Amino acid sequence: MAEMHAEVAHAHHAPTNFISKYIFSLDHKVIGKQYYFLALASVVVGIILSVLMRLHLVWPDVHIPWLSALSPAGAPGGVMTPEYYLSLMTMHGTLMVFFVLTTAPQAGFGNYVLPIQIGAEDMAFPRLNMLSFWTTFLGFVVLMAAFFVPDGPPLSGWTAYAPLTAIGSIAGPGEGMGQNLWIISIALFCVGSLMGALNFIATTLDLRTRGMKMSRLPLCVWAWFITAILALLSFAVLFAAAVLLMLDRVGGTSFFVPAGLIVSDRVLSNHSGGAPLLWQHLFWFFGHPEVYIAILPGMGITSHVLSTFSRKPIFGYKAMVGAMMAIGFLGFMVWGHHMFVSGMSPYSGFAFSVMTMAIGVPSAIKTFNWLGTLWGGKIRFTTAMLFAIGFVSLFVSGGLSGLFLAQPAVDVYLHATYFVVGHFHLVMGVAAIFGMFAGTFFWFPKMFGRMMNETLGKIHFWITFVGVYCIFMPMHFLGVTGNVRRYSTFVDDFLKPLIPLHEFMSIAAFITAGAQLIFLFNLFWSMFKGQKATENPWEATSLEWTIPSPPPFDNFAGKHPVVYHGPYEFGVPGAAKDYIMQDSHETVPAT
Amino acid sequence: MGLAIALVITLITAASVYIFAAHVWWLPVDISTHGAGIDRQFILTLVFCGVIFVLAQLGLALFVWKYRDRGDKRKVTYSHGNNRLEATWTTAAAILFIGLNLMGYRIWANMHFTGAAPGALQIEVQGQQFAYYFRYAGPDGKFGPLHVDKVDDATGNFFGLDRDHDPDSKDDIVTATLGIPVNRPVELLLRSKDVGHSFYVRELRVQQDMLPGLEIPIHFTATDEALKHQNGRYEIVCTQLCGLGHYKMRAFLQVMTEADFEKWLQQQAASQ
Repeated sequence: MAEMHAEVAHAHHAPTNFISKYIFSLDHKVIGKQYYFLALASVVVGIILSVLMRLHLVWPDVHIPWLSALSPAGAPGGVMTPEYYLSLMTMHGTLMVFFVLTTAPQAGFGNYVLPIQIGAEDMAFPRLNMLSFWTTFLGFVVLMAAFFVPDGPPLSGWTAYAPLTAIGSIAGPGEGMGQNLWIISIALFCVGSLMGALNFIATTLDLRTRGMKMSRLPLCVWAWFITAILALLSFAVLFAAAVLLMLDRVGGTSFFVPAGLIVSDRVLSNHSGGAPLLWQHLFWFFGHPEVYIAILPGMGITSHVLSTFSRKPIFGYKAMVGAMMAIGFLGFMVWGHHMFVSGMSPYSGFAFSVMTMAIGVPSAIKTFNWLGTLWGGKIRFTTAMLFAIGFVSLFVSGGLSGLFLAQPAVDVYLHATYFVVGHFHLVMGVAAIFGMFAGTFFWFPKMFGRMMNETLGKIHFWITFVGVYCIFMPMHFLGVTGNVRRYSTFVDDFLKPLIPLHEFMSIAAFITAGAQLIFLFNLFWSMFKGQKATENPWEATSLEWTIPSPPPFDNFAGKHPVVYHGPYEFGVPGAAKDYIMQDSHETVPAT
Repeated sequence: MGLAIALVITLITAASVYIFAAHVWWLPVDISTHGAGIDRQFILTLVFCGVIFVLAQLGLALFVWKYRDRGDKRKVTYSHGNNRLEATWTTAAAILFIGLNLMGYRIWANMHFTGAAPGALQIEVQGQQFAYYFRYAGPDGKFGPLHVDKVDDATGNFFGLDRDHDPDSKDDIVTATLGIPVNRPVELLLRSKDVGHSFYVRELRVQQDMLPGLEIPIHFTATDEALKHQNGRYEIVCTQLCGLGHYKMRAFLQVMTEADFEKWLQQQAASQ
């Protein structure tokens, strides 16, 4: 299977003009970069929104002149209204979950690196690849357009619970055109992701070069492969849900709207028979696997980087693959833990709870194996390595708070408090972003042919690592006191004593957000002025380090690499160097 | 660099553990009979997770410091893993995680698998953008039927009662505050008029969404502790994003002695 692919894969030739080379490119490397920069643009907007929200939370009267230009109703005179806060929160969540956490780790790095790591010349379906990027890009444009419609962006949160989202503008400003655009954007994103997922699966199964058995795949390839399967199964459901929601809004259907709704003293007589819980089931059937779609690539990258810079084989390769499969499999059976207090049957709540605790087991296995990889190693503290170590620390911290929320009896108290916000920001937000930073510092030399500045990288790491703990760990304390989330002001008496802690978190957020400018500067400066990268600057073993930096158009210059080893042969006793490349003829003692 | 990261991880770990252990920010007072079980399970989980948190973070700190590259001739430990270790920690994690969960099973079961005690005081709770209203059945013990077309917020008919034609509705009492007697089981029937809302009283350790089209029952009993704090008055807040005024959707729970409650209810009835 692996040998017969070459002609099929490379049906297209090297592009000759700017448009076909950089815009409508069929080259997986360019498409990977396009996804990366789309995610970068999204994360910049997303972080600006979070800074605005943190500003509003602690200094609600602060004047932001340009905000009133963006939304005269949302920020009259530059002072944000509590309603506009909800809109910004909705846009922040949607941008971050979809266009950052799903886009960069999987579609960005996966696109760039996966074909090279398996010895292929491109993805299996280059045209589909281009189409999936441009569909996703269109989704981004549609979402951004929601900022500029008269009623403003939707304010229903990234979960868009029905029937608030199903009945149109009668439910309030932002629930009109803004919510329509949100649904269209998400539907487009689903289509883009589905095409991408098909491509990743076909590429991994069919385009592996000679000798690249599944058991020799780098762990990041395994992660992208398993993530693609999750995306294929879950985005299909979200797409259907989005279509049904749109039909409820504009087609006169009632999938999510029951009879007898009275909104603003008006009876909605045109709806009957729908079930609001159905939306929650469909949404979370997607939404929970989505958490793993965001984090699995980060796990793969972390495993790869930890082994490379520990100069040691990954500890428990098979256990790592098995754990990712188990996470993927169980990930489809735990969605109900988002719904313990929703009104769902308490018996199914119990069942979902047991499955959720079970998914903690493979997560624990991964952590043990990462520690096992560091144990006895010779650690080189590159910036990529620092971010991978940070990933492990954040994953442990954020993962453990999941054990509270997985128990319905504890969740009854903590649900919808800042405890939840702290939990998912640490584990699926910041840990996944640390995975992206690790990936950026690690693969930048290959992608751009130059090195990033390590000093700037380390300054950026230290501020970010301490900063995110200062922002998100206190959220757990807030949650314990019962501080509810999605509140823009402290109208409730019991929240007022918590304001000083909120101020601390806001200041930490401003510093951490500011530190990201160091990263942006480093990224763009290094792209043009960085020191030229050699073929294999990290002394790594996988196939992308056997070709020039940056690689030629067809990756392996017409040759087909042959693979003889697994991807983590570091510190092999008796070997000439402390690593053996995957395509090296050197022998490795049987293990 | 290894030492620096080890120190920072250790400091973050120590600070986090201290703040939890010293109860710098902590659970509010518990005023329900079932709350003690929830708090116990929370603390058990906190200790359990705290131990894992400390071990994992300090393990990480120790390893990055101890196994840093010192530029010497030391060889790394060439190992692809250890199946016995994998089996051990997989089994241990499975037993611990599932075990912890089963320990909390009874609390959840008591809250939800059985209905309210016989003779519990039934109160209907209606959520709407952006307020709560409460309905008591009155002396006849029966809730009158609701009519969608009779709902009129302007005249205060939030539920859609037809007091002129439905005898059961005549003595129904509608309030904006949730008054309950202490030490008596209460069953709330939660419903929503428009979109999703939620009923959250943190001191009561109760949170339950309210959805249109569903009537969701929950039950609890307030303890004497409730009367000792805040004059028995606790905030009810909406925790389900319900639209632009979500942040100001709140009401109050007033816990009273049985005698005060009866008096209060009569006053409410008089003002209908």
